Amino acid sequence: MNIRNTITIDGTPVPFQDGDTIMDAATRAGIYIPHLCHNPEFKPHGSCKLCTVNVNGRNCSACTFPAADGQQVLNSTEELNATRRTITQMLFVEGNHFCPSCEKSGNCQLQGVAYFLNMLDPHFPLFYPERETDSSHPDILLDRDRCILCELCVRASREIDGKNVFGLSGRGIHTHLVVNADSGLLKDTDLTPADKAAQVCPVGAIIVKRHGFESPIGARQFDQQNVSEWSLSWEPAAMGDEHG
Amino acid sequence: MAEKIKVATTSLAGCFGCHMSFLDIDERILELAQVAEFDRSPLTDIKHCSAAVDIGLVEGGLCNAENVHTLREFRKSCKILVAVGACAINGGIPALRNRVPLEECLAESYLHGVGVENPQIPSDPELPLLLNKVRPIHEVVKVDYFLPGCPPSADVFWKFLTDLTSGHEPSLPYPLVHYD
Repeated sequence: MNIRNTITIDGTPVPFQDGDTIMDAATRAGIYIPHLCHNPEFKPHGSCKLCTVNVNGRNCSACTFPAADGQQVLNSTEELNATRRTITQMLFVEGNHFCPSCEKSGNCQLQGVAYFLNMLDPHFPLFYPERETDSSHPDILLDRDRCILCELCVRASREIDGKNVFGLSGRGIHTHLVVNADSGLLKDTDLTPADKAAQVCPVGAIIVKRHGFESPIGARQFDQQNVSEWSLSWEPAAMGDEHG
Repeated sequence: MAEKIKVATTSLAGCFGCHMSFLDIDERILELAQVAEFDRSPLTDIKHCSAAVDIGLVEGGLCNAENVHTLREFRKSCKILVAVGACAINGGIPALRNRVPLEECLAESYLHGVGVENPQIPSDPELPLLLNKVRPIHEVVKVDYFLPGCPPSADVFWKFLTDLTSGHEPSLPYPLVHYD
């Protein structure tokens, strides 16, 4: 067998192109690897660790790890999915994720991934952190309770919108999303609902106002298809559009 | 005929929505009644659990001392304890008060709220003391199974109970897992 520019994922040969990460090769081949901070329109970030795969016996992030000839990659294994479920549980308990009262519910990728991983409980004690909500902007709400620090808004604002509205500040458990204005408030930025940064949030942290609950229960994104089908429905085509 | 499986239910800091959803199993409750009987439950008005309950279904989180007391009785009496619904699992909507200090919550409701007459903080000794934060039940007792949802659908209850009563390890397939 010719293994040049081929890796195997769970035993299936998968071709890759020069410069591909494992995630790129998998996405192109129609193989879903769970992820949240990764979005093929942006340079990989490698922070959420949900895409952890096992490459030749060692765990690494599929979204940042370069594909190389002959790699044996494990992806959809019970053990890796258990690890991913634990990571997802930690994301839930660190924030305030009350799905029944969140207008992103049903369209939320954090929720979608948790469903995919069959997460039934938070396992850990809840943190109930006190985080500031910024509702100052007339058209956009920033609810830090739901932020998972994926930096997609930071990247979108900097790389696509050219506005540099968002950033992360603080370290460790104190890390939080900040707004680049003297007041620290969204109303004092030039963020608009049409900006990529206002659209790209995978959870309900950045929400364009007056669109909540437009889709009834049963007709929302992850009521219709699971997150793996949804990801593979658009991500392969978006791979050419990488910004930054 | 073998003895029936004893099922106890309670609603702590919940809205009884999970109980209503459970009753949405509709006529399947007759099939359930062939193999199970209700013990302590708002549905039977039995006030305390029998010594050996097989399955305890707990709706709601913990917002006051009585909730904790009831939960401990359930854990002591039930072989299998189940956290039912968002509030039991992560505090749910009642836990939205966790960002507000308890004193401010009480003041808003009983002293400064719109339309309050004769403002005073209720202090009857019969009233259970509020916890300073609403907590999910797994932080206080060991929980064996979790049924997410707000509420979990009738099919979730049905799948879970029929798995258990037929001796299978309960599992929820993808379409039955919802947090809202």
